[in-house]
Amino acid sequence: MTAIPLKYLKTDTHLHPVKREPKLRVHHVSKVFEQKTRIVTALEDTNFDVREGEFVTILGPSGCGKSTILKVIAGLTEPSSGYVMLNNQRVNGPGADRGMVFQAYTLFPWLTVEQNIGFGLQLKGIAKPQRHKIVQHYLELIGLNGFGAMYPNNLSGGMKQRVAIARALANDPEVLLMDEPFGALDAQTRTVMQELLLKVWEESQKTILFVTHDIDEAIFMGDRVYVMTARPGRLKAEIPIPIHRPREFSIKTSPEFMHLKAEILELIREESWKAASEIGS
Amino acid sequence: MQFKQYFKLKENIPSHVYVALGVFSFVILLAVWCILTYGGHVPSLFLPSPSDIIVQFYHMLTELNLLRDILASLYRVMAGFILASLIGVPLGLLMGSFKIAEGLIEPIVGFVRYMPASAFIPLLILWIGIGDLQKIAVIFIGTFFQQVLMIRDVAKNVSNELIDTSYTLGADQKAAFIRVILPAALPGIMDTLRITLGWAWTYLVVAELVAASSGLGYMIMEAQRFLRTAGIIVGILVIGLLGLVTDILFKTAYNRMFPWLEGRSE
Ligand SMILES: Nc1ncnc2c1ncn2[C@@H]1O[C@H](COP(=O)(O)OP(=O)(O)O)[C@@H](O)[C@H]1O
Ligand SMILES: [Mg+2]
Repeated sequence: MTAIPLKYLKTDTHLHPVKREPKLRVHHVSKVFEQKTRIVTALEDTNFDVREGEFVTILGPSGCGKSTILKVIAGLTEPSSGYVMLNNQRVNGPGADRGMVFQAYTLFPWLTVEQNIGFGLQLKGIAKPQRHKIVQHYLELIGLNGFGAMYPNNLSGGMKQRVAIARALANDPEVLLMDEPFGALDAQTRTVMQELLLKVWEESQKTILFVTHDIDEAIFMGDRVYVMTARPGRLKAEIPIPIHRPREFSIKTSPEFMHLKAEILELIREESWKAASEIGS
Repeated sequence: MQFKQYFKLKENIPSHVYVALGVFSFVILLAVWCILTYGGHVPSLFLPSPSDIIVQFYHMLTELNLLRDILASLYRVMAGFILASLIGVPLGLLMGSFKIAEGLIEPIVGFVRYMPASAFIPLLILWIGIGDLQKIAVIFIGTFFQQVLMIRDVAKNVSNELIDTSYTLGADQKAAFIRVILPAALPGIMDTLRITLGWAWTYLVVAELVAASSGLGYMIMEAQRFLRTAGIIVGILVIGLLGLVTDILFKTAYNRMFPWLEGRSE
């Protein structure tokens, strides 16, 4: 394992105001899937922190274990070793304090948009008038005022994901986990959604851990980018993104952005070559 | 040229053409029937004419208490079917949701399912006699074991991602079962009920052909005994119509219950 160049390891250049203590801590987490015919190591000794109010992205090729790490944090999957701490408490099973938005559309099709957003609130036993108020707030936030009574089947893909984001946020989780939420959307819609999510994040002050395989997306959204490599999945580098906020679409063509992108591309290329030569030998 | 469109694989055709085709095939069937019977090509002992059937139907309604037979059959079908559903649906849902329930029940159900319900008739007569209960039992056996496995599959097919989503929104297992598995499975449950109700009618007739003194199956047997061919056909038609009516009721209920299934599908 060659050392990661020093410049990638300094982490203190956050321009977004964040509190210092780690909100979420992933500690030596690994995950091995044992199947009948083979053993898949999806994650190997993964360590990282997310601080309060931060927007952290994890960038990696498909199959490298991105979903696995989120599922471990969400408590949907047991890690093979290691543990996850949220607010200095060990995570044990799923809970409303860790909201999640999946890549696949996971709105409950038998519930209206409004009922979907209010799902978690209802479980918490929040009374109807109060619930209605919160739901309305988030409907407005995602720009879907007036769509509350519709069923998910009548929404476009982008709208569905907006509702899924609102549903997760309405529950007021400590961290929001997002697993390639825009992966299934077309390029134009994705851009709109990225800007919308940043706006929502700035307004709600949430802590977000966002997974993607899209370099542009990882840089555009994140305060920091963790670069992951495949087989077995592992964090290889941490890259701060010192681009000022609020960010707009136009920065994607700025020299600053291009420079970061080139750095990350180079890093990924090195890793891919290494992996390729290991397979070859 | 436009006509050619109608012969494209899986291509949609205008709905009025679709309806017209259905009417057309019925008319053809009726026409052939009329030609065969009124034309004297087939003796009425083998195939009575349409008017014979109508006369016979009226005769049975007024003289032979057809209504009593219909009600007797309806009662047996519904009792057997509802009883099977009341146990089969929850059991199937449990099997689809908990591996431990599946492991426990699947082997028995999977085995009994292959035993024809009609073969149980002699045994059932021995055990519970020849009353209503025995007919109900035949229908129960015929539908229950199929139902359980079909409902199990419905529950199994509920997306794990939806269940996971509910967990991340704060649901515990009970809430996930009640608020996700149940509503997600409901359309499939309704479909299963509709299909198995059709099978229940089939078993009813089988049950009533043996050791019965009322019901549509019994009525058909009586008609055969006295060579009233028209009576047999009336019996068959009545059962078909009853099946059709329950099917339409189910379809209407389905559309009413699941407005969320409509809309674009991506
Ligand atoms: N439930 C599972 N059983 C077996 N293997 C799995 C399971 N889930 C994921 N994997 C394997 O673990 C690896 C990482 O998967 P995943 O976390 O979904 O990757 P990503 O989200 O980055 O595309 C893949 O090789 C995948 O095949
Ligand atoms: Mg994934």
